[in-house]
Amino acid sequence: MKIGAPREIADGENRVAMTPHSAGFLQKLGYECVVESGAGTAARFSDEDYRAAGVEIAESAAALWAASDIVVKVRAPEGSELDLTHAGQTLISFVWPGQNEALLESLKNKDVNVIAMDMVPRISRAQKMDALSSMANIAGYRAVVEASNEFDRFFTGQITAAGKMPPAKVLVIGAGVAGLAAIGAAQSMGAIVRAFDVRPEVAEQIESMGAEFLFLDFEESGSGDGGYAAPSSPEFREKQLALFREQAPDVDIVITTALIPGRDAPRLWLEDMVNDMKPGSIVVDLAAERGGNCDLTQADQIIETANGVKVIGYTDLPSRMASQSSSLYATNIRHMLDDLTPEKDGVAVIDMEDDVIRGATAVNDGAITFPPPAPKVQAIAKPAPKPEPVDPEELKRQEAEAMRKAGIRQTVMLVAGGLLMLLIGAYAPASFMQHFIVFALACFVGFQVIWNVSHALHTPLMAVTNAISGIIILGALLQINGNGWLVTILAAISVLIATINIVGGFMVTRRMLAMFQKS
Amino acid sequence: MSSGVVTAAYIAASVLFILSLGGLRDQESAKRAVWFGIVGMAIAVFATIFGPGVTGYGILIPMILIGAVIGAVVAQRVEMTGMPQLVAALHSFVGLAAVFIGINSDIAPPDGLVGAEKVIHEVEIFLGVFIGAITFTGSIVAYGKLSGQIDGKALTLPGRHMINLGMVVACLILGALYLNHAGTWTLILMTLIAFVIGAHLVMAIGGADMPVVVSMLNSYSGWAAAATGFLLGNDLLIVTGALVGASGAILSYIMCRAMNRNFVSVILGGFGGTTGPAMEIEGEMVATDADQVAAALNDADSVVIVPGYGMAVAQAQMAVSELTKRLRDAGKNVRFAIHPVAGRLPGHMNVLLAEAKVPYDIVLEMDEINDDFPNTDVVMVIGSNDIVNPSAQEDPNSPIAGMPVLEVWKAKTVFVSKRGQGAGYSGVENPLFFRDNTRMFYGDAKDSVNDLLKVL
Repeated sequence: MKIGAPREIADGENRVAMTPHSAGFLQKLGYECVVESGAGTAARFSDEDYRAAGVEIAESAAALWAASDIVVKVRAPEGSELDLTHAGQTLISFVWPGQNEALLESLKNKDVNVIAMDMVPRISRAQKMDALSSMANIAGYRAVVEASNEFDRFFTGQITAAGKMPPAKVLVIGAGVAGLAAIGAAQSMGAIVRAFDVRPEVAEQIESMGAEFLFLDFEESGSGDGGYAAPSSPEFREKQLALFREQAPDVDIVITTALIPGRDAPRLWLEDMVNDMKPGSIVVDLAAERGGNCDLTQADQIIETANGVKVIGYTDLPSRMASQSSSLYATNIRHMLDDLTPEKDGVAVIDMEDDVIRGATAVNDGAITFPPPAPKVQAIAKPAPKPEPVDPEELKRQEAEAMRKAGIRQTVMLVAGGLLMLLIGAYAPASFMQHFIVFALACFVGFQVIWNVSHALHTPLMAVTNAISGIIILGALLQINGNGWLVTILAAISVLIATINIVGGFMVTRRMLAMFQKS
Repeated sequence: MSSGVVTAAYIAASVLFILSLGGLRDQESAKRAVWFGIVGMAIAVFATIFGPGVTGYGILIPMILIGAVIGAVVAQRVEMTGMPQLVAALHSFVGLAAVFIGINSDIAPPDGLVGAEKVIHEVEIFLGVFIGAITFTGSIVAYGKLSGQIDGKALTLPGRHMINLGMVVACLILGALYLNHAGTWTLILMTLIAFVIGAHLVMAIGGADMPVVVSMLNSYSGWAAAATGFLLGNDLLIVTGALVGASGAILSYIMCRAMNRNFVSVILGGFGGTTGPAMEIEGEMVATDADQVAAALNDADSVVIVPGYGMAVAQAQMAVSELTKRLRDAGKNVRFAIHPVAGRLPGHMNVLLAEAKVPYDIVLEMDEINDDFPNTDVVMVIGSNDIVNPSAQEDPNSPIAGMPVLEVWKAKTVFVSKRGQGAGYSGVENPLFFRDNTRMFYGDAKDSVNDLLKVL
């Protein structure tokens, strides 16, 4: 089958869904690849690069759509693109089926199968094709970069000969992938970062990125299905807004990333909070495309309020880093095709039994399959109950108890051993006891010596003990002295095999030890 | 040579043997230490041959020469992957010699033993032959399993504990009869039963428990030598036997501790049952290919390689060594992590890597390296399974719960080179393979690493 990537026609969209690198992997899966001429130019992939990777170049969009069995795109098809589709084609792109019912309907009528990259369920094994996450990661980073571009102070605090500069304070609302990326970027630029999220289980992730988690003491978890946040109750919302009001005069930069799947963005940064902010402060609203988290957000624009606060509402942050975001998106796409091609024979199979593929498929075989059933696997494990703290006193007591027990056991064993010795000594003849002393001491010496042997030398140890246990030859030597043919034969065999042991054991030990070389 | 001089020679030999074992504390002193052992052995054998009471030179000298040649040839020819078999075979020789010497001592007892001395002598014969016989057949079965001539799986006969117990009781009864002078037949019959016990005991133990078995047989061969020393009244035999016995016992203990298992339960065979349902494993195994492994290795600064029995089976140590050399030449920090029970013999992996010319100072023990995994970029697991299984720490119901394991999953990326998707020796599923940061590199270990070398 042939996979084609057209040039994106949406204004300001610089990304492309197939890179020369990802094409290499798609070809390994057995597909032929084709891109529209100039599709990658904005992301700095030239037609030459594609040709070098063995990708065919289609001169026009029409030629590309006609030639491709599978079309991979970034944005959902619009306008003229819809007319270019043909029956039986498979489309893989961002679709937003929840908001684009008309689009789904028309694609269904054209008998196009639709796989929505934005509907990939958030479970562990689907992470590799989670394009929302990879785009959000870029958006989060870029949000900090855009904020710093508009912010007229340093992020990091400095004390210089020309005076002291306080560090910038950044508040990140919503610690999803974008939020965490923003935390990381702001943190590494030296700002003091605080973060808030309605899902208490992400506190650990926030802290692991080096930010302070703003804790809201309220008995309600904001976790919804699939690792996303769920809408919160009015009481919760009030508490949350109160917390933000408290922060507003203090922070310099606010980055809001709060989204709830299938709904408009929740309003979290209200007008009065913007008015409370210091002049020169920045609000970056990553939810601008879906109405914005901030009251004042204008999509795709920067506005400046009367009190000098800038509100940035860019919706094309990933596209502003087209080369990077295209590589990531193309990799997500090729992972999706990897799963769609179990036989690696270049034939895509939409397996509706597969949780991930089922979740992402919006139109299949002329029927709309959106919304999918809830995924069977939970995205983030529930936090484990905290272990009961152990009292240090109790711990100390237990230790003392254990020591006492070990002491008692040792004493008992020594006494028992001593009694056994006494018993043997009382009955056994003196000659035996002399040998017994030797035996007991040799055991002790053996234990002391062997404990110090390096673990790495255990095999040579076994070989050398093998060799010296050939000492049993002495017994056999003493028995070859004419006590009848049977005794002589048995003793002779014993001498033979004991010698094999001695010579073989020592030689193999030497061979092994000689191999150990220091670098 | 008078008996006084012989005794002096024995003292010298004992001291040299102790020094020889003590020298194994590190690689450099070990090379010298082995000479102590050789000199000690030479002194002991010469003193005995030319000492009082030895006459049959016409027989013993050819025997020693033949034995020496065989031993030398075997030692030169053995492959390092075949060390476990060789060690097991050598154990069996000691066991067999102990049996023969014990029977000889019954046929031609030393003169002048009366009363308690005579009884003790007979107990010593009986015990020496018993231990020797178990060592002999046990080692032969171990040899067969290690060399693949006998199926390596544990043979669990129904009621095997009762069978063993019955046989031991029979031996005790025969022992009582023997002490009451029922005749040599009791000794012979007991020897045959002990042969069966030894074979059956080792048949019931399989796979990854083999290091414990080999160490245990090592210990037994020592005790057999010591028992022979008692019955001959020879202190050098007693000392040496005790040293070897202690050595084997300590090795068995270390192996058992490394598997968090009780010595008795290993020896009784089979594998421990579970105490509850195992944790469900989430995720999927993700396969990868040589190109991606090579890319990850190129990007990595620190690499840890975890070899296991699979590396020995595939004879991949040379390829692994070449990989190590290339990565080190590229300025990367490459180290090896060795679990105490990796392989089929204590220290087996160290010897294989040494043979392949991997410098020993980058081959580390579990305790030395376990804390470094979080700072490691790439871990390559080559042919090991249970020793890197996280369920030992995370799933209290796992059969291997509590076993110390190499915490490879804490590294950034883990590549597992493995033949297929099956579970390890213990039959325990390994959640490591399902982790997000794990990639499965399927195929024969040697071929996989060679493929990797081509693209690196």
